[in-house]
Amino acid sequence: MTVKEKFETMDYSPAPESRANADAWLKAHDGRFGLFIDGKWVQPADAKTFATYAPSSGEKLADLTAAGQAEVDAAVAAARSAQGKWASLGGHGRARYLYALARLVQKHSRILAVLESLDNGKPIRESRDIDIPLVARHFYHHAGWAQLMDEEFPDHEAVGVAGQVIPWNFPMLMLAWKVAPALAAGNTVVLKPAEFTSLTALKFAELCEEAGLPKGVVNIITGEGDTGAMLVNSNVDKVAFTGSTEVGKIIRRAIAGTGKKLTLELGGKSPYIVFEDADIDGAIEGLVDAIWFNQGQVCCAGSRLLVQEGIAERFLEKLRRRMETLRVGPSLDKCIDIGAVVDQVQKDRIHEMVTAGKAAGATVWHAPCDMPEHGVFYPPTLVTDVGTDNILFKEEVFGPVLTAITFRTQAEAVALANNTRYGLAATVWSESLSRALEVAPALKAGVVWINGTNMFDAAAGFGGYRESGFGREGGREGMLAYLKPKFEKGLKEWKPVAKPADVAKPKASGGMPGVDRTAKHYIGGKQARPDGGDSVAIATHKGAFAGLVGDGNYKDIRNAVEAATKAQGWAGTTAHLKAQILYYVAENLSARADEFADRLSELTGVSGKAATAEVELSIQRLFSAAAIADKHDGAVHQPPIRGVALAMNEAIGTIGIICPDEAPLLAFVTLTAFAIAAGNTAVVIPSERYPLLATDFYQILETSDLPGGVVNIVTGARDAMAMPLAKHYGIDAVWYFGDREGSAAIEKAAADNMKRTWVSYGKAYDWFDAKQMATRVLMDRASEVKNIWVPYGDANEGGKSY
Amino acid sequence: MTPEGSINRGTAFHADWLDGIRVNKSAVERRIGSLMGRRSVKKDSQIAFMLKAISCIDLTTLAGDDTPGRVERLCRKAAHPVRQDIMDALGVGDMQLTTGAVCVYHEMVPTAVKALEGTGVPVAAVSTGFPAGLAPFETRLEEIRRSVAAGAGEIDIVITRGHVLTGNWQALYDEVKAFKEACGPALMKAILATGEHGNLTQVGKASMTAMMAGADFIKTSTGMEGVNATLPVTLVMIRQIRDFYQRTGQKVGYKPAGGIKTAKDAVAYLTLIKEELGRDWLTPELFRFGASSLLGDLERQLEYHAFGGYSAAYRHPMG
Repeated sequence: MTVKEKFETMDYSPAPESRANADAWLKAHDGRFGLFIDGKWVQPADAKTFATYAPSSGEKLADLTAAGQAEVDAAVAAARSAQGKWASLGGHGRARYLYALARLVQKHSRILAVLESLDNGKPIRESRDIDIPLVARHFYHHAGWAQLMDEEFPDHEAVGVAGQVIPWNFPMLMLAWKVAPALAAGNTVVLKPAEFTSLTALKFAELCEEAGLPKGVVNIITGEGDTGAMLVNSNVDKVAFTGSTEVGKIIRRAIAGTGKKLTLELGGKSPYIVFEDADIDGAIEGLVDAIWFNQGQVCCAGSRLLVQEGIAERFLEKLRRRMETLRVGPSLDKCIDIGAVVDQVQKDRIHEMVTAGKAAGATVWHAPCDMPEHGVFYPPTLVTDVGTDNILFKEEVFGPVLTAITFRTQAEAVALANNTRYGLAATVWSESLSRALEVAPALKAGVVWINGTNMFDAAAGFGGYRESGFGREGGREGMLAYLKPKFEKGLKEWKPVAKPADVAKPKASGGMPGVDRTAKHYIGGKQARPDGGDSVAIATHKGAFAGLVGDGNYKDIRNAVEAATKAQGWAGTTAHLKAQILYYVAENLSARADEFADRLSELTGVSGKAATAEVELSIQRLFSAAAIADKHDGAVHQPPIRGVALAMNEAIGTIGIICPDEAPLLAFVTLTAFAIAAGNTAVVIPSERYPLLATDFYQILETSDLPGGVVNIVTGARDAMAMPLAKHYGIDAVWYFGDREGSAAIEKAAADNMKRTWVSYGKAYDWFDAKQMATRVLMDRASEVKNIWVPYGDANEGGKSY
Repeated sequence: MTPEGSINRGTAFHADWLDGIRVNKSAVERRIGSLMGRRSVKKDSQIAFMLKAISCIDLTTLAGDDTPGRVERLCRKAAHPVRQDIMDALGVGDMQLTTGAVCVYHEMVPTAVKALEGTGVPVAAVSTGFPAGLAPFETRLEEIRRSVAAGAGEIDIVITRGHVLTGNWQALYDEVKAFKEACGPALMKAILATGEHGNLTQVGKASMTAMMAGADFIKTSTGMEGVNATLPVTLVMIRQIRDFYQRTGQKVGYKPAGGIKTAKDAVAYLTLIKEELGRDWLTPELFRFGASSLLGDLERQLEYHAFGGYSAAYRHPMG
């Protein structure tokens, strides 16, 4: 085309980024890569290989090695032997390496960006302007955590060896999210990149060599899903996975009960809420960032548009017009918005889901964008006329497909937004601060963006609620995912409290009998008879009859969960009120301290002095829970925008607490008090051997102004009730203290809806120990962090920030 | 190429059209930041965009020391903005490239009209008590009439910023409508002086009000405010142009003015217009730059594209 013709059409010319660097690098390796294990490149003679392709052209980029069991084991062994020295290098030493890695990422930013775009298909502008700068930022930020680790996490140490499995949508960025915190905390890692996109991870291995990182600290093993499974099941101490919810559940079940620490960052169907008082054009542009960024292959993609009915028609019309101007093209063209989908497999999956959605009545509109002739591309797509049961409204597509629905009121918007099993992210558009800041905490999502979307920073934790996974990446909470309290390695083996074979019958006595006491369940603020109508006799430590308690079953659990769910408004009460009630519980326990001490002695056989000490410490724990209730403040992050990210500690929801037999009053009181101090409601199965302490205790709850349903107590055979509790979808977290098998069973069952678990793996906590029962640690167990991003600014400063 | 006078008939004053205008500054900045990273104008497109930019310049001199001699020199530059050998080398030697207009104060209108006779380049006059716009209302109307009578085909009026700052949109509408009537057949550009607005929402509302009142172009600045044209302000204004077009079917032009000095700036503006308003607006009928030094940089960059070496300012005839 001549200049004159261009002057008429005013079209853009293709603006391809040079790939010379990347090609030279691939050529230098003869298009063939081994595994990076123990600081060496290894290529086992008999190893399977597989090819990696450029989805935007279909060309083969390189042959990669699939690590088998021997290589996985070798990598883990290398990491294991390097870990002690790496941890003992100290924070400052590790900070120097992380700083060097950050610098090296910047120095090699161009080849990293080009490789990423070639291998994944994403626009070069995204890899260059977003992915790689965030990678460098992540290493810088975590160099800082390494430097400050001793001061910031004094009672913690590295978990050990981390096995990390990452996805193909942000290959290098996900590597950074995994590797940087692990190394900062003193762990060593074995990382498996996704089979479609391994090249930047291999380049990163070279950067580790360039940085002089000690051998074995970072090991990169390529391979397909089976390699990932081998790594997860290998001798690692921590598993970190980002990927689909389906695979996340498989991993959760596979390592249940092993004690491996686990972080899962899974799928999402994140709501994108536009209120009538929003900046409409801004919200439409935000949608481009939400669902057409990275071809929609983003776990936190705003894929569910909820738009207020009054503006819906105009909004969708504007949206369609905007979609028409999106440019789809080869990944290295600097003039495109949407690149290639990662692989034909993924495109087929998108197509399949869209077809299913259409068959269910959805109207599917593909923007009439010019599509490249070759390569794996999918056009930007808008789906309307869906019910809340449509697959395209419910399920993650992981493609450039937006599904729109309308709402009438703010309350309905929140309800629709939360009508999902996922809970990764959410976006709210409104020019009313009152409205936006009311909606954000009401959304079940780990990240909420107000008037913007897909904003990330290393200092602000990222991670999900519900089936979007657990654990956080980034920030202080992200570091905690790679640390463990120092006391953990000293925990003793747990031993069950022996149960008397028989309970003696109550003795016949002449004269005036005592008044019969009936211990019931405590559900919804009321004493409730057991559904089955059965009771269990409880013995004193001598085997004498001490009393009867209800023999709970799954129906009692169901009723208790229902009551606890109804009482979730507790989270919204003021921290002051929670504190006040907890103090009052302590006050009332104190008034009956002697009675509880006697009961403890009678049931467990401890000395009067020991019993008094346990009651006394229980009162103290209640004081601590009350004390922290109004001090468990979040943080205000300063991300690199004009705005803030508010890290708010939120209640998890309803926690199922399965108490141990040891320290039967103290453990029960501690766990329950902190669960509710953080705003949760609780269904508590007290010690099976000593339930009378809990049934005595509900009288204290009843006189302490605790709203009904906040604490529910169901007595009886704990193993029979633990399973229905761990499998109940209304339970958001489950705490279990007992043997290894029980812990495994709980974690397996909890995988169904990705309950957060705290189990003892057959170890015995010392409930009297101040470090083990540290206030902050308990509150962290009982809460989740939500990051609410609030960009601000209105003054007209000519577009400059101030 | 030049507009045939007024293009916008205006509408009645619709207060409700203003109610829905809310502009989030961070979102605006984000769009600008992201777009500039996603559109790369290279090679032939870059040349075409630069030539287009020249065709859209209102080559401007608005200084107290303007003299007929100075204005005549500027007019000759407007008629022949780029050295012929450069145009030839780029294969566009016969395209009769001129700037969009020459923009002067009223006193200089006759000189400019005479100097531009036969070139097709219109004369624009800043008016209505430019730049503050606080002269007596009757005087402002009379200034328009006289400039039109003196041969100005285009009038750049300034609005009363107080109406914006106090939210008196009806008053702003009435004022602009009166100016429009005074313009008669001349094209009217409404300078909103956005650098003096409190926030971007006010910029959006002022834009819509001016268009309802019949502005043929909306223009950012006089060039005399602390902050003049910016890309974020541009985004806000052209989105209102798009909404006005969707509501009424009438296309209103846009003119950023002040502070646009480099070819790179100019290409960025054209890219933004193309993305938000479409190709239709990339013409002097609907887009102008208010600029004086921009042409120099464009000409230097074109010489680079024509001959492959970076140029120096002294090699180009000064305006």
